[in-house]
Amino acid sequence: MRIELRLSGTGGQGLITAGIILAEAALLDGKLAVQSQSYGPEARGGSSKAEVIISDQAIHFSKVTKPDILLAMSQEAMNKYSGDLGPDSVIVTDSLFVSKIPAHEGKVYELPITHTAKNELGRALFSNIVALGALYKLTKVVSYEALEKAVLNRVPKGTEEKNKKALAAGIAMVD
Amino acid sequence: MSRILLLQGNQAVVEGAIAAGVKFFGGYPITPSTEVAESLAEKLPLVGGKFIQMEDEIASMGAIIGASLTGKKVMTATSGPGFSLKQELIGYACAAEVPMVIVNVQRVGPSTGQPTSPSQGDIMQARWGTHGDHWLIALTPASVPECFELTLRAYALSEKYRTPVILLMDEVIGHMREKIELPDNYDEIPKAERKRPACAPADYKAYADVDGDGVPPMADFGNGYRWHVTGLVHDETGFPKGTPGATVAAADRQYHKIYDNLDDIVQVDEYRMEDAEYAIVAFGGGARTAYETVDMARAKGIKVGLVRPITIWPFAEAQMAALADKVKGILVHELNCGQYVLEVERAVAGKCPVCSYAKYDNEPATPAQLLAALEKSLAL
Repeated sequence: MRIELRLSGTGGQGLITAGIILAEAALLDGKLAVQSQSYGPEARGGSSKAEVIISDQAIHFSKVTKPDILLAMSQEAMNKYSGDLGPDSVIVTDSLFVSKIPAHEGKVYELPITHTAKNELGRALFSNIVALGALYKLTKVVSYEALEKAVLNRVPKGTEEKNKKALAAGIAMVD
Repeated sequence: MSRILLLQGNQAVVEGAIAAGVKFFGGYPITPSTEVAESLAEKLPLVGGKFIQMEDEIASMGAIIGASLTGKKVMTATSGPGFSLKQELIGYACAAEVPMVIVNVQRVGPSTGQPTSPSQGDIMQARWGTHGDHWLIALTPASVPECFELTLRAYALSEKYRTPVILLMDEVIGHMREKIELPDNYDEIPKAERKRPACAPADYKAYADVDGDGVPPMADFGNGYRWHVTGLVHDETGFPKGTPGATVAAADRQYHKIYDNLDDIVQVDEYRMEDAEYAIVAFGGGARTAYETVDMARAKGIKVGLVRPITIWPFAEAQMAALADKVKGILVHELNCGQYVLEVERAVAGKCPVCSYAKYDNEPATPAQLLAALEKSLAL
């Protein structure tokens, strides 16, 4: 078992945090995970990507070369990080920010991630956790128990219930 | 008891520093090393240590030299531009024989270069960045657990040989997060200690080789032992003495204390080398690519293995010469325009072909790119 995920968007959307949470959830499940990132020198804005590889075998090279999942939460990230997709790659976009999707043979899920974070949870800040809920439902690469625990380990005290709701909203988005 | 964590390489260095007993950090944050300073700022006060953000990298080096002279284990961390600034005082620390660990998480250079992109362009600078003949040790980790282990080892070597040790990291390893198992209680980890004088303060000579191993006992400042610290060539007393005899004696002792102990200092790891006909030499972030390339090549029937220097300096001279007797060809992969390969060529001395896969485009090589380079350069 091996899965490669690329979570991309704009600096400040919390995608590196989302990548860390996913990798921590994989460790809680007893799997191995490597998380890496690339970003520009800007503190906010600029394209940002976090990559996570989860496997039950040793993972040496830390970068994604055959993405099973590409999450794009900005148009710029969609354009910049989709060059190496194969027919089996799954594209997940935030429909609020991504309108143009490159020609792709495989599955595409256009999900209202940030819209849902704003409307159901009151703040766009929760969009990375909503996205994690959707990715969980699509891949089942980690168990729900591990994912929830990893989320709650990382978020500020007092926001636990909202974050659980954010996960549930993301899960509900994918049929 | 132990705990399993997902940590960055930089954070594992911090855990290693706390476990080694570091009590002082003087530094100036810079990408991609900043997490070392950030995390030590939080953790050092909890173990009775001091963290100071200095006004610049030069002052940071001065601060850790002073703190080490009081007997504490000390650290600074930086990246290429800061490493350049630290060079003068690295030379001072070599001349005055002051133990310390300097972390350099390399990024693309020269100058400001590419702050967030990986590189291994400081290989030669780590050895020859400061002026004059000098001898020091540099170690390069290739995984998050190894960042922890090599930080401990850096202090063991630094204290044992009374020398600066450079922990030469790169952005790939510094920023990557992976699984690490750490002991709950660092008190159980043996602490390296420098040799201290057994004589009375009145009889103490700070640079006298009393045991014949080239490493003079070092007294803690403020402990009653008075001695003179200088970057000028000095004799056993530590006071300047520029005679030809004193100059040669100081240089020879500083050379021999390290180069007579290469068996203890130089570590090289191997992967699938048992029956290998070809070898990839790679280290740090470049080695992460090479492990997968070796597996891919093996699946195609190419008998190749990985030779991974953990100790970058002193150079693994004997190991590379022995490798040349064993294999039909060597490919050196590094994230720069070709630095370490020059040393490999020198040690191999024409006994087998040595090729270079130099990658300097801001991205680590993918396993497929390295495989293609292997097949092309060694005509496999």
